[in-house]
Amino acid sequence: MATTRQQRPTEADIWSRLDAVTDPEIPVISVVDLGIVRAVAWDDDELTVVITPTYSGCPAIRVIEDSIGDAIRDLGVENFRLETRLSPAWTTDWLSERGRERLRDYGIAPPACSAAQVVDISRIMNRRHRAIACPHCGATATEPVSQFGSTPCKALYRCQACLEPFDYFKEH
Amino acid sequence: MTVRDATLDFVLRVGDSCLILGQRLSALCGHGPSLEEDIAITNVALDLIGQAQNWLAHAGELEGRGRDPDSLAYFRDAHEFRNLVLVEQPNGHFGDTMARQFYFDVWHYLLLAQLIESSDETVAGIAAKSIKEVRYHVERSCDWVVRLGDGTPESHERMQAALERQWAHVGELFEAAPGDTALVDADIAPALSTLREPWSRHVGEVMAEATLTVPDKPPSRAGVRAGHHSEHLSYLLAEMQGLRRAHPNAEW
Repeated sequence: MATTRQQRPTEADIWSRLDAVTDPEIPVISVVDLGIVRAVAWDDDELTVVITPTYSGCPAIRVIEDSIGDAIRDLGVENFRLETRLSPAWTTDWLSERGRERLRDYGIAPPACSAAQVVDISRIMNRRHRAIACPHCGATATEPVSQFGSTPCKALYRCQACLEPFDYFKEH
Repeated sequence: MTVRDATLDFVLRVGDSCLILGQRLSALCGHGPSLEEDIAITNVALDLIGQAQNWLAHAGELEGRGRDPDSLAYFRDAHEFRNLVLVEQPNGHFGDTMARQFYFDVWHYLLLAQLIESSDETVAGIAAKSIKEVRYHVERSCDWVVRLGDGTPESHERMQAALERQWAHVGELFEAAPGDTALVDADIAPALSTLREPWSRHVGEVMAEATLTVPDKPPSRAGVRAGHHSEHLSYLLAEMQGLRRAHPNAEW
């Protein structure tokens, strides 16, 4: 079924439809809020959606690609392609404000600072960790348990005030 | 050797090292010393396998024979793999695993920090993406070396012994392959010998903090640059490739 130029959804329509596609591992946040969708553009009758993977080995990316494809087909668009772009590398600086709030409401502390640029190796160790506020009680007396959590994008923390463990969406 | 062939060889060396270390670490899934460490090890494995996929995809393009990352990973034999001998070493005990990881992570980070400036845009792009992940790997392996080295008398002794054992394989990290001069001239990759000084400095600092002694014997040189692997690679490949080779056209 070919869509004519008049009938076809606008780029804004597509952005808004993609904003309803959620991350399979964090279902409260959309692929737009996460900064995975980088560009949406019509070129003649073909739609191109540019996406960027979060972590190199993130297994969620296949599901995300399928969900984005389904969402585009929902709008009646059959002639489209998904372009994966590695560069510039995805960063948590692209997380939207709304996305950060949704993470916090869901019990995941959002990134506390901007992603570090490439630093000298001697500065990696004994890095002073920023105070991460507990998403449950708001206390900042928290401690890292492990830089690696249930998904590649999260670290594991513990709150010393309410004693609850929580996930931290680490700056990247 | 053309610059393209030299780049292909270099990309395979980095990609295969990520793949083989990722495979080694994956074997620890469900066997970590604690739940948090189990999760950390498998996350590092996942990052490395994801990076290997990007490197091998680029290798496939450079090679131009239509091989995708899966065909390169599953349908080459041991003598065609270009990974560092260090990363194919068995997991051993947790100290052995961390000694191998520590030497590799520091080298990997320093290499990627150079490759983000590569004149090959794909190499630069993969490096810029990888280094963000590897920063967390470095942080973790250095922390463990300090924790075990400056831990109990037994953990100290076993960490020291593990670092001595893996030391035999570090010479290769800084060894040039035949095409490397062309890569340096074309600003595609740094001369690996230039990584030795910052690597030794950082490894020395971490080991000093860990109350450990840097081995004073010269690391052996013969490695994959000379076309050799240890006996361990074939066994690893047999496990990694067996299913795929038994069902070559299977799809998920």
